[in-house]
Amino acid sequence: MKSFGKYLILLGSLFTNRERFNVYVKRIVDEAILIGIDSVFIVVIVSTFIGAVTAVQTAYNLVSPLIPLYIIGTIVRDMTVLELAPTITCVVLAGKVGSNIAGGLGTMRITEQVDALEVMGINSASYLILPKIIAAILTFPLLVIIAAFLSIYGGYLAGVLTGVITEKEYIYGIRYQFSGYNITFAIIKSLVFAFLISSISSYQGFYTKGGALEVGQSSTQAVTNSCIAVLCADYLLAQLLL
Amino acid sequence: MIEIKNLSKSFNNKQVLLNINGTFEKGKTNLIIGASGTGKSVLLKCIVGLVQPDEGTISFDGRDFTNADSELKQSIRREIGMLFQGSALFDSKTVEENVMFPLDMLTTMKKDEKLDRANECLKRVGLENANKLYPSEISGGMQKRVGIARAIVLNSRYLFCDEPNSGLDPQTSIKIDNLIKDITEEYNTTTVVVTHDMNSVLEIGERIMFIYKGQKIWEGSNKDILETDVKELQEFIFANKLIRDMKAKKDS
Repeated sequence: MKSFGKYLILLGSLFTNRERFNVYVKRIVDEAILIGIDSVFIVVIVSTFIGAVTAVQTAYNLVSPLIPLYIIGTIVRDMTVLELAPTITCVVLAGKVGSNIAGGLGTMRITEQVDALEVMGINSASYLILPKIIAAILTFPLLVIIAAFLSIYGGYLAGVLTGVITEKEYIYGIRYQFSGYNITFAIIKSLVFAFLISSISSYQGFYTKGGALEVGQSSTQAVTNSCIAVLCADYLLAQLLL
Repeated sequence: MIEIKNLSKSFNNKQVLLNINGTFEKGKTNLIIGASGTGKSVLLKCIVGLVQPDEGTISFDGRDFTNADSELKQSIRREIGMLFQGSALFDSKTVEENVMFPLDMLTTMKKDEKLDRANECLKRVGLENANKLYPSEISGGMQKRVGIARAIVLNSRYLFCDEPNSGLDPQTSIKIDNLIKDITEEYNTTTVVVTHDMNSVLEIGERIMFIYKGQKIWEGSNKDILETDVKELQEFIFANKLIRDMKAKKDS
């Protein structure tokens, strides 16, 4: 409870004694490159393979001749949009981005760089953390959209190239009873996960005490807590919004 | 002038500072000395506002810093320049960007003006050709110089240095000491240096405060420190054989 209170106080401090607007713009662009663009590669790899595996495994389980093959496309689409693209991508990003944020802030803390900002009269929390959260909120939905697209495309490649489904059937399947709300739901999830991962990792890093060992522990803690928070939020959002 | 009144601080029921009183004068190099773990750095952190004292007040030229509202605190902090023990340079920025950083954040100067000012400060600390290097690409002594340049770039009224000689060879230490002393005189700053280096004490200690187990037990200058009859201070300064010999020679 004490940690949760401290986390809320940290979030509150992001909006007091802020610096000039243009300072944040530059920082947000830098962070967006670090958080978003630098994560594209891992997202591409993970989502393409997940889509491919989903298609192959769905085909493997569809043994009844009564179920049409285009259902493979429908299942890949719904699993991807509802769960795999937003949640799995964000769990992967919790590992990559979360550890990066916590490690970076933790190192800045133990090498007195955070103190240096404070002594200059700069709100270190706001200067360091707010751009990370905003950059994550801006880039995570884009990464999830890329992941969803590539996952469905991965399913197409695996399905069509291995001959378990025809191109026509797969395209029909992914268009069959399509609900646009699922996309909205995936975007909402990605926004919530972006906030949770960036803020929890920042909290872990910002309050690091000690030396190099503790920076490593903060990074591990950031990834663990972010993953738990993402999964809890995933369940809550599913209950609330579906 | 910086004035400290009845300053006390404890961490987890362990008293680190107890009832410290003292003044740090403008235009002089004021030293806080003492053995490791006596509370020197905590005292410095209390003065610059990184640690909130349990009791007592700190005032900067008559302005109460401890009980100031956030606006006044902010404005006082913007008059402070600080050199940290590990230099605390921003790893992701070049030397030039590090020095320009306070100007970027706290002024509305044009880019050319900021660049000129940063180069002027780098020149002042003897680092003309390192602008585009990153902190990891320069030596510890150079990092300290960059730290000093960053501390003075805003024409700070107060300069704080936390163990400026730690990790430096004796020759570089002397250069850094002299640089701090020269800058103090040149910019007329109130300079406070935390150190346990006796060379610094004798070289630049115009006013010295000795801290022992969280309490101030001696105050004076480098001229009279060797004549002290305070037992704890004698143990601290005469731990060094060179200084023992120097004192013996002086006495004889």
